[in-house]
Amino acid sequence: MATLIKDRQIVAQLSPPDLVLEPTDDPALVAGAVGIAGVIAINFPKFGDGRGYSIARLLRERYGYKGELRAVGEVARDHLHAMAQCGFDAFQLREGENPREALKAFDDFSEQYQSTAAQPLPLFRRRA
Amino acid sequence: MYIYDNIDQRLVDERVTQFRDQTQRFLAGTLPEDDFRALRLRNGLYVQRYAPMLRIAIPYGLLSSKQLRKLADIAHRYDRGYGHFSTRQNLQLNWPKIEDVPEILAELATVQMHAIQTSGNCVRNITTDHFAGVAQDEIVDSLVWCELIRQWSTFHPEFNYLPRKFKIAVNGSVADRAATFVHDIGLHALRGEAGEVGFRVIVGGGLGRTPIIGHVINEFLPSRHLLTYLDAILRVYNRNGRRDNIHKARIKILVKEWGVEKFREAVHAEWAHLKDGPATVTWAELHRIERRFTRPQYEKLSDVDFTSLKTPFNAWLKRNVHPHKQPGYAAVSISLKKTGVPPGDVTSDQMERIADLAEHYSFGELRVTHEQNLVFADVRQAELPGLWQQLREIGLATPNIGLLTNIIACPGGDFCSLANAKSIPVAEAIQRRFDDLDYLHDIGELDLNISGCINACGHHHVGHIGILGVDKNGEEWYQITIGGAQQGRIGKIIGPSFARADVPDVVERLIETYLELRDSEAERFVDVVHRIGIEPFKNSVYGNPDQRPTDRRAALAA
Ligand code: SF4
Repeated sequence: MATLIKDRQIVAQLSPPDLVLEPTDDPALVAGAVGIAGVIAINFPKFGDGRGYSIARLLRERYGYKGELRAVGEVARDHLHAMAQCGFDAFQLREGENPREALKAFDDFSEQYQSTAAQPLPLFRRRA
Repeated sequence: MYIYDNIDQRLVDERVTQFRDQTQRFLAGTLPEDDFRALRLRNGLYVQRYAPMLRIAIPYGLLSSKQLRKLADIAHRYDRGYGHFSTRQNLQLNWPKIEDVPEILAELATVQMHAIQTSGNCVRNITTDHFAGVAQDEIVDSLVWCELIRQWSTFHPEFNYLPRKFKIAVNGSVADRAATFVHDIGLHALRGEAGEVGFRVIVGGGLGRTPIIGHVINEFLPSRHLLTYLDAILRVYNRNGRRDNIHKARIKILVKEWGVEKFREAVHAEWAHLKDGPATVTWAELHRIERRFTRPQYEKLSDVDFTSLKTPFNAWLKRNVHPHKQPGYAAVSISLKKTGVPPGDVTSDQMERIADLAEHYSFGELRVTHEQNLVFADVRQAELPGLWQQLREIGLATPNIGLLTNIIACPGGDFCSLANAKSIPVAEAIQRRFDDLDYLHDIGELDLNISGCINACGHHHVGHIGILGVDKNGEEWYQITIGGAQQGRIGKIIGPSFARADVPDVVERLIETYLELRDSEAERFVDVVHRIGIEPFKNSVYGNPDQRPTDRRAALAA
């Protein structure tokens, strides 16, 4: 059973996505659909494929997508913190990930320097 | 030095905790080896030919005495009592144990150091001119900008898994001492008409298998846009860089395949959305960073004339002492290129002594150069003889900066599992051949670079003479290029490769040819190559069969 996380909680199931984007997909093409889609999933075919992070930020920050944004595929606990920063709020982890350990990963770092989907103000605009 | 505030410190501490957990999971078998590989690389940990290798970040080459003492201590306790300074202004330990690495990182964190992003497919350690802040030809002090970029690049959530590694270099002086044209991004800090800071942005340069000189995509980017512009470049690369073939994954290939115009358009289209957004740099932040930098309190001094002092101090003065923007001060290079010592290697004991000397002579700070040497940036001229004396006692006063024996060499086949050939013994053989100091000085400025394979960690393409280890049916051979330059020229291959034993002969022939052909002493080796091309050099090396080193050797042996 794959671990499922929504809003930093373990959940028993997640609803089927309305759209699944692959790393090569251009989020501009679905810009018109972001208002109606309830769930968009982005697939991570490999542990080290980072394209989905950019797609997520574009959906959130440029196209104003407000619905559920789910990471699926080779998603491990080690990715969760950065993925959440980029705007993902739901995760279908790969097989074999420990659910309780995974939840802790959101707290791997207590701050980040950059402007992100989760925190548009970079640290330097919040720092005394 | 930039001094961390509590947030900077917390992030580094949290990184240690994260990596400790990842290492434990790997050792317990719950984290697959391939995944751990991606994670450990992000923390500088390689698995090498004989042992792991840990690459410790020295952001833009700046180091304090306290930090150097810690490095000495770590090298002593967790390694074999020495470290290797690399061409990326990092320090590499060649023999740590994997299970010790979290502890080593924890120790580093106590002196505001880490190994974050010193490897892996992410933004690497930012490099800059080792004379930043003190150079006479400085336009903009690059250090504050480097720190700004360091923070921006540290754990950037969007750019953690790029197609390939990504290197950024910043130069703020007239002379380019940061090799900006052979980086993924090179930045020239400039001043506009009203004195405002801006950046010339160069993209897509690089060495390795496909050496390419970078392209300018922006002649003057106002400095407040620096981070949004970097975000735009990285995003275009992250989404479009090739991921199907590791040899085609660097940004230089994307720029080449698209052409500069298309690439620039894509960046500018992306940037249009980010420009003036929240990541726009603020004055407040620049001031905050500046205030956290320790800066030397210079005294009012005047320049000292040493012309009456004789060699060997004078030889050192001539080669290893550099002009300083402040009267009465000088920057001093400490050569880590003593014959018989692998280029860039320092023992723990030497590190301790260097730390003491930096404290006494240079405000407790030093720099690591991409030529694998060290620099004391702020030495009072009056104290130069004393410093020289002390350096001599520990074997660190070799007066060869800029000369042929100041060889840049990667660790090569002695350590690196990717190597085709060894580089350290080649460096040593050449140093031994050219052991006459007067002759060396007569030859003048010459950069000689050696890489053990096409990954080009020794930057052989930009050496005036470049030596590359190649594999011929399982044997170690060396290909030679001439005419490369750090300022952005790739050397040309002179012909078929040589056996190791012949390399010093070949270098000697090249030098003899140069000495015959030069206009005057002012014309350097590389200038002659650029003026008349490689043909005469080629002829002297291969031309006449009985002049060929291999044949000469055979003839001598017969
Ligand atoms: S150039 Fe090749 S041999 Fe040398 S350190 Fe780099 S990868 Fe290893």
